Amino acid sequence: MKNESLVSISDFSKEEILELLDNMRYFEANPNRRLLEGKVVATLFFEPSTRTRLSFETAVNRLGGRIIGFSDASTTSSSKGETLKDTIKMVSNYVDLIIMRHYLEGAARYASEVSRVPIINAGDGANQHPSQTMLDLYSIYKTQGRLTDLTITMVGDLKYGRTVHSLLMAMYYFNPTFNFVACDELKMPQEYKDFCEQHGIKYTETTDFSEDVINSSDIIYMTRVQRERFTDLMEYERVKNLYTLHNSMLDGSKDNVRVLHPLPRVNEISQDVDDNPKAYYFQQAQNGLYARQAIICKVLGIDINKEA
Amino acid sequence: MDNNKELAVAALCNGTVIDHIPTDLLFKVVSLLDIENISSSVTIGYNLDSKKLGKKGILKVADVYFPEEKLNRLALIAPNVNVNIIKDYKVVKKYKVTLPDDVIGIVKCNNPKCITNNEPMVTHFHMEDKDSVILRCHYCERTVLKDDIVLK
Repeated sequence: MKNESLVSISDFSKEEILELLDNMRYFEANPNRRLLEGKVVATLFFEPSTRTRLSFETAVNRLGGRIIGFSDASTTSSSKGETLKDTIKMVSNYVDLIIMRHYLEGAARYASEVSRVPIINAGDGANQHPSQTMLDLYSIYKTQGRLTDLTITMVGDLKYGRTVHSLLMAMYYFNPTFNFVACDELKMPQEYKDFCEQHGIKYTETTDFSEDVINSSDIIYMTRVQRERFTDLMEYERVKNLYTLHNSMLDGSKDNVRVLHPLPRVNEISQDVDDNPKAYYFQQAQNGLYARQAIICKVLGIDINKEA
Repeated sequence: MDNNKELAVAALCNGTVIDHIPTDLLFKVVSLLDIENISSSVTIGYNLDSKKLGKKGILKVADVYFPEEKLNRLALIAPNVNVNIIKDYKVVKKYKVTLPDDVIGIVKCNNPKCITNNEPMVTHFHMEDKDSVILRCHYCERTVLKDDIVLK
């Protein structure tokens, strides 16, 4: 059986990314299409993630599909010691598609190898979260009118933040310029800087979240410094407030700049930014619905135009 | 000439001679090739004099021709190992092991949160850089550098 799973954003070519963006625009205009009529989708969340699960389940519901699944592995047989392979083999007998989130890295790739039906990776540990990347790309595309030749400033946790890593990889098709703003402890890992150099992507790296950096940006991508990523909590306390965006810092910024954040936000964007028209993180989350609708149709091989 | 002399020590009629093994890696090579489960005669030479290496190890395995892919695993730990295929007392093929493109089942992923360390399953790495030996886990996508390679 042909397996069209989506595990990593790099599974998609540039053409496929552009086609998905086009389909996302379609779903934004037509969110309720019964394209999944008669289909059953499993959402297997071995690690809780309310936002991602609700977004995927809304996408399935708006497409007219039905859902089975769990939102917490402690209520399933994996807490009795069942292997991931057995769980996936069993569930893939029942459904047409599996959407899964797992705390272990590589879990989705492995699941895609043992499953009879396509897998969509809704996050595997610190590794990949491709639907987040698609909604980030769409948010950039929608607010800037293009993806090419943009200056994107990434701020906060660039070491452990998988969203910035995946976005960096996906943007490589579109000639971006990056500013990496992070403290030394959380700076962009060398392998991603190597990736930029190998592909001729321009970047700067700084510890200073300065006016110059902000004013040169088309996109400011803020991330949360996550306590769970630290082994040393003293270190966390020291760095957690270093990179906070306040409304006044946007005074000299470009008109087209938009502030993105994968959410949940804690205090890296202060509340006074929320009413600034340059704040885009709540709409960004809404775009997640269209991203997931487009991805679900893509992996199931549903041609949305043909059945319109 | 050297080669003939060396093979004459315990000449093989048919089989495989693996030469120029750094001594400290000899027993890793033995285990990688699963020698203890071979029923034909095997000569293991340890701390033999070598012009190239000072001391070296050598393996002579009678009547066994390993798949090339299995021998190439050795390149992960010992890139300069020589393989001699012997038929009727003659070396019919001689080559250096080469790094494989895919490394399946023999290297452990160093990421404790990788699925391969938490499920009963086979590991799989892609060779990202043959010159400096960098492996990338097919599953968790982390890299393993040459000096950090741990065999399963």
